[in-house]
This record gives sequence, structure tokens and C-alpha cells, in this order.
Amino acid sequence: MAGRLIELPAPRGPLSEQLFEALAGPPHTRLACPGLIEPSDALADEDLQLALYVAYELHYSSIRGVDESWEWSPSLLSFRGALERPFEEAVAELVPPAEAAELESVGAALQEIVARDPGPPLSRYVETQGTRERVLEQVVHRSAYQLKEADPHSWAIPRLSPRPKTALLEVQFDEYGGGSGERMHSALFAKTMAGLGLDPTYGRYLDRWPGITLATVNLVTNFGLHRRRRGALVGHLAGFEMTSSIPNRRYGNALRRLGYGEEVTHFYDEHVEADAVHENIAAWDLAGGLAAEEPEVAADILFGARALLQVEARWARHLMDSWERGETSLRTPLVPAAA
Amino acid sequence: MPADDGSPPATITPYPDGPYLVRGDFALTDQQGNELPLERRTIALCRCGKSRMRPFCDGTHKLIGFKAPSGPEPWPGA
Repeated sequence: MAGRLIELPAPRGPLSEQLFEALAGPPHTRLACPGLIEPSDALADEDLQLALYVAYELHYSSIRGVDESWEWSPSLLSFRGALERPFEEAVAELVPPAEAAELESVGAALQEIVARDPGPPLSRYVETQGTRERVLEQVVHRSAYQLKEADPHSWAIPRLSPRPKTALLEVQFDEYGGGSGERMHSALFAKTMAGLGLDPTYGRYLDRWPGITLATVNLVTNFGLHRRRRGALVGHLAGFEMTSSIPNRRYGNALRRLGYGEEVTHFYDEHVEADAVHENIAAWDLAGGLAAEEPEVAADILFGARALLQVEARWARHLMDSWERGETSLRTPLVPAAA
Repeated sequence: MPADDGSPPATITPYPDGPYLVRGDFALTDQQGNELPLERRTIALCRCGKSRMRPFCDGTHKLIGFKAPSGPEPWPGA
């Protein structure tokens, strides 16, 4: 398989227009820092989230027609910083500060936090009532993250001391297929997409992902690119793994109900078993281990888990509200292939 | 016992309110001694009894409020 290469998407407003126009030219020039950005709803702002997503994507992928040295161009980083500020503020507004008692056992606090997941019952809805079209939409949204599953969390590796680092690598080795490229979780997801008649090419559906879907990925990339957020990055992974087994069983059940076989459900079935292992390592050895060795980031671990659940909840509400109105939750509906 | 190839001995770790994680050099067998195929190096065995894919954990303990410490439980009434 060739390296990742995405197309520049269509801009969605002045920020993405300015950024994409500059990216088409030589690096280090022509990208003036925008003034104060004050979107009314930064978390779901189409222009802001798309511009931030593409700025971040330089770290994951090639972009057709874009010089790769843009990745570390000071003008790009300064532009990106102006986008990050309102996004980070919007996320922080959703997350209450950690309580002192929670910091005594970060593992136990994470268990409490995920037990009170603020999200709507999306997986239960999909399991019991999801039509083929809605299941496909959910998969297309998720492909924004799943085709690079585990990658942003790998940025924590060089930043952790031995005990939490060992725990992270134990999880990541399994995420990356335990030594088998075919079993890499991102590859399993691509197989599921292909089995559903979707295009598993990395970035293929970028134009269809709404701002709130981009925000779910921008959140973890934001934590991953900034070393100071290593606590939040670890908390994000723990929260992700701890809320995975049961929903993934439900998504697998939805596909079985719709008549799909093991080649399509394997990604979900694998995650039921894998994440039942990972969640314990992530909560107690990784997050707990990091909190024990660097108590000053313990509160940020809980921030990362809470931020994940809040942004995911907002995303899930978007899907369910759109479907309730009888509309697509994507920016443009999937056209059924020769139905 | 460490295996001849130098791989670490098996360890079994009960996780708080969760499954047993098994690591190292081990085999999982049924009562007839048939080896169960393993999908990963570290496995989680059900401790709450309610998994739908026993002997492996599927996360169901979170739905039923399973509580158990990682270390030994104190004697009842102690």
C-alpha cells in the first residue's frame, strides 16, 4: 500500500479558503495570521474545524499539490495556533475541573467518569433500529478516526517514563495488529468499509465529514501534538478504550441484523475482546502509572477522558438529531451505488 | 517457570472491578486439554461471570456493577 495522500477538500469559509490557497503555493510565505477568531460554536464550526483538520493533517499525510515542508512552517504553525485557541477554549468550557478526591486514584476516577458517559444511546439505537443507510453513515463518520486509529496516541510514547510507556506500548502493539499488518485495527476497519461497499481510501470522505466529526479527530490530534497535553492524551486513550467494548458489540450486532458476514463484522468483534483487555491496561497501568510518576498531569488525564466523552456526545447527538429530522448526518448524502 | 527461550513466566493479574489479565508464556486449555486459540499476547479472562464470550472478558462487568479489588479480599466480617 502506498503512503497516505489526501486531496485538499473544498473550503468552507474564509479561514479554510486562506489556508488552502497558501498551501497550494511555496511554504513559509503568504499565510498571514488571522485576527481574533470568535465563532459562536467553535466545536461544530465548519470553517474552523476544517482549517484545523487540514493544518493537522500535514503531520499524518501527504496532501496533493502541497509541499511537505509546510508541516513545520512557522507561518503555518502560527496560523494553526490561532485556530487552536478558540477550539481549546470551547472544549475547556465543557469539562469541569477534577476534584481532589479523584486525583487519589486516577484509575477509579476514570471508571466513574465513563460510568456517567454523557452521550446519547447511539450504539443502542444503531443496534436495534439502524437502517443500512444510517449504519453506513456512522461508518463514514468513524472512518475519520478509525483509518488512523492508534496513530495520535503513539505521539505519547517518547514523552512517558518507563512504566506508563510499557503500558502504552502493550496497548499499541495490539492496536497495530500484534506484528501482523493485516490485523492492524485501521486495516480491519478498511476491510469493513470495503465489505459495506464504501471506499476505504484514507481521507476519501473528508468533504462529507461535518465540523463536529472533524472536531472528534482534532481533539486527539491537539492532545497528541502538544507534549504539555500528554496527560490529556493518555486520558483520551483510556476513555476511548473504556467506552469501546460494549458499543462495538452493538455495532457488530447491527451489521449481523442487516445480513452482513464476518468479513464486515470482524473489526467490531475484534474490538469487543481487544478493548476488554486494553481498557484495564489504559486505566490502571498507563493512566494510573503516569499519575503516580507525574502527579502534576493527573488532572489533565481526567480532562482528556472528560473532553473525549463530551465531544463524542456532541457528535452522537448530531447523528441522532439529523436522523430524527429524516436528514443525512453527513454534509452530503451517500449516493447508494447502483441501488 | 520461565520457558527455555527466555520468555517471561505467565502472570495473572486481577484488575480492580475488572477481569484477570494474563501475560507471558502460557497456554489456555479446556478441560480436555485442548488449547484455545489466542488472538493476542495479553488476554483478559472474565471475573464477573457474566461475559457473553467466556472465558474471555467482553466488558459486561461494567454494566452489572461488578466490584472486586485487585488484591485479596479481606475475610468477611474482619
